Amino acid sequence: MKRVYLVFALALAVGFSVQSAAAQTLKTVKDRGMVACGVSQGLPGFSSPDDKGNWTGIDVDICRAVAAAIFNDPTKVKFVPLSAKDRFTALQSGEIDVLSRNTTWTLSRDTTLGANFTGVTYYDGQGFMVRKSLKVNSALELNSASVCVQTGTTTEQNLADFFKSNNMKYEVVAFAGGDETVKAYESGRCDAFTTDASGLYAYRLKMASPDDHVVLPEIISKEPLGPMVRHGDDQWFDLVKWVLFAMVDAEELGITQRNVDEMTKSDKPELKRVLGTDGNFGEQLGLTKDWVIRIVKSVGNYGETFDRNVGAGSPLKIARGLNQLWNKGGIQYAPPIR
Amino acid sequence: MSIEPRPPPRQLVAKLRRVLGGGAGWRGVFLQLLFVAVLAWIGYEIVDNVRSNLASQRIAAGFGFLTNNAGFDVNQTLIPYSGSDSYARVFVVGLLNTLLVAVIGIFFATVIGFLVALGRLSPNWLLARISGGYVELLRNIPLLFQILFWYLAVLQALPPPRQSISLFDLFFLSNRGLVVPTPIPHAGLEAVAIALLLAISASLLLRFYAQRQLFQSGRMLTIWPYIVGLIIGLPLIASLAFGSPVSFEIPQLRGFNFAGGSRIIPEFVALTLALSTYTGAFIAEVVRAGILSVHKGQMEAGSSLGLSRGAALRLIVVPQALRVILPPLTNQYLNLTKNSSLAVAIGYPDLVSVFAGTALNQTGQAIEIIGITMGVYLLISLVTSAIMSFYNWRIGRSMGG
Repeated sequence: MKRVYLVFALALAVGFSVQSAAAQTLKTVKDRGMVACGVSQGLPGFSSPDDKGNWTGIDVDICRAVAAAIFNDPTKVKFVPLSAKDRFTALQSGEIDVLSRNTTWTLSRDTTLGANFTGVTYYDGQGFMVRKSLKVNSALELNSASVCVQTGTTTEQNLADFFKSNNMKYEVVAFAGGDETVKAYESGRCDAFTTDASGLYAYRLKMASPDDHVVLPEIISKEPLGPMVRHGDDQWFDLVKWVLFAMVDAEELGITQRNVDEMTKSDKPELKRVLGTDGNFGEQLGLTKDWVIRIVKSVGNYGETFDRNVGAGSPLKIARGLNQLWNKGGIQYAPPIR
Repeated sequence: MSIEPRPPPRQLVAKLRRVLGGGAGWRGVFLQLLFVAVLAWIGYEIVDNVRSNLASQRIAAGFGFLTNNAGFDVNQTLIPYSGSDSYARVFVVGLLNTLLVAVIGIFFATVIGFLVALGRLSPNWLLARISGGYVELLRNIPLLFQILFWYLAVLQALPPPRQSISLFDLFFLSNRGLVVPTPIPHAGLEAVAIALLLAISASLLLRFYAQRQLFQSGRMLTIWPYIVGLIIGLPLIASLAFGSPVSFEIPQLRGFNFAGGSRIIPEFVALTLALSTYTGAFIAEVVRAGILSVHKGQMEAGSSLGLSRGAALRLIVVPQALRVILPPLTNQYLNLTKNSSLAVAIGYPDLVSVFAGTALNQTGQAIEIIGITMGVYLLISLVTSAIMSFYNWRIGRSMGG
């Protein structure tokens, strides 16, 4: 009998000890020795594993840049593939430190999910893909069409808005996974397939005959894609934010993976600040003086990352477009490191 | 010295102590109360912890989101719904879709199950083997694969809408679904409906009367010509007197799809097919167990009375087997209802896909939405098992125990 009371008392004691959630993500990451990075389950160009299990993509490179800045080793990342449904829960629960999963920055996501967006990795927009044989040249000709869409994204709402504001009818066929959606579209269940334009190009690569399909010119929404971190940890927020800004600033200043070593010998004050010769900007972020050197050496600057994953150097061959630097016709603009 | 059993307590307090605490007496009561209190406290702590964690991270909580605009459309809606309706309405749409699949699936699964079970017990060797093969095959392949198989098989077999198979230019079959003309109600509909109800009640009364006659005087009346005449004749007279009850809206191919008419989407057909055949295999085994549980003597008694095998099964064996069949059959019905949540894999807009899928992602409020979904499935399951328990009780009562 006494043992029962003892067990009760122990249970109560355990129950009363409340765990306080400490906002010390950087410390946790350093102790763990790895950055836990939430990525997609396989979207070419953004985050997809190759047949040996190595992850590549522009979202992947952001996480690798964060790991390089902290540990000087871009391989110290644990990638957690997440579906559209559980990506936010994984971030909220602490399973991942950064969600780098082509997530659109919207007001409701910024406020109701307990997370912050740290910047825009890729300015995207939603588009449509149809078979060339349908001889459709514009999304406005899609009245009463069937459209395949993946649930759990901003896509469905944009689709509904577009068809409603243009007074067109449509049939929506919504699937849970991206691959099932594409398969249904390919089998002819739907006339059109809609997702972010970058996704359209990526999925077209996976199709049986990519040349049978054409991406329609209309972009029906703004989809600024960027990484997310939890609320309540300003230091980690600043760190991830400035890793992306550093990559953009590096491209603006002409620092590339190849010339970063000689650039450290330069006398230009801007280069000296960015590369850590002057000032202690890295330490202000909780990193080291050579944080930008580490980032650029591991993944390159923003332009190199873009080209390698989704641009001219990749099978997707997406033009820079809006993602070009602000002084070259696009809108990628990073605050200065000073 | 003989050991006498303790006499039961006679006073009220002592009786209460016995009832509440059993052998342990008042100490037992105290421990039970303590246990319940600890459970309640744990439950309260969990809820409070969740609420304070959500608040500290500034994650939205509460059920206010149900009145917000959903902003997305749904493929199949049994009630009128558009993108500007609320999340609460989307919830109802998803729930109705799930119930539709569940009800139709349960019906077909039961039919298939009974037929396959009887086939497996048949003295015809080939039929028995084929039924056995059906059960073994379908029981052992995971349901998700079966659903995907039916969906892809159904889709591949059907032509695109511009080359759809048409029947009398009224019904069109394509990979967008089966398009049928929609009935549009006219003035005469109420009269015809009332006439039909009258005909059905009259038929039931007639049947009751014929049964009475059989038990009292042993005469068997043939009433089926009268029943047919009533059910066809009364509504016909009503429609002639009050005008035609419906006119039909004929679907026409316009652009990509058909305008007008109602459509049965291939996702629904694939899901219902998969669920019915899969659960039918399990039900077949349950029914077979029930029939085997009835003593062989019953069948022999039936055939000694001159009944054919089919009549003996129907009148003697199966009613007795039902007492054994019903509880596991309830299990299978509940399984079918819950398995319908796999619809999300093929794009059928059931409750999980629409509410715990799209709505969850758009609002981000996972805890509330999953809680509501779990509660609804629990409710559906409880109602189903309540209905089956009632039926079981009715059967048990008529069997005399």
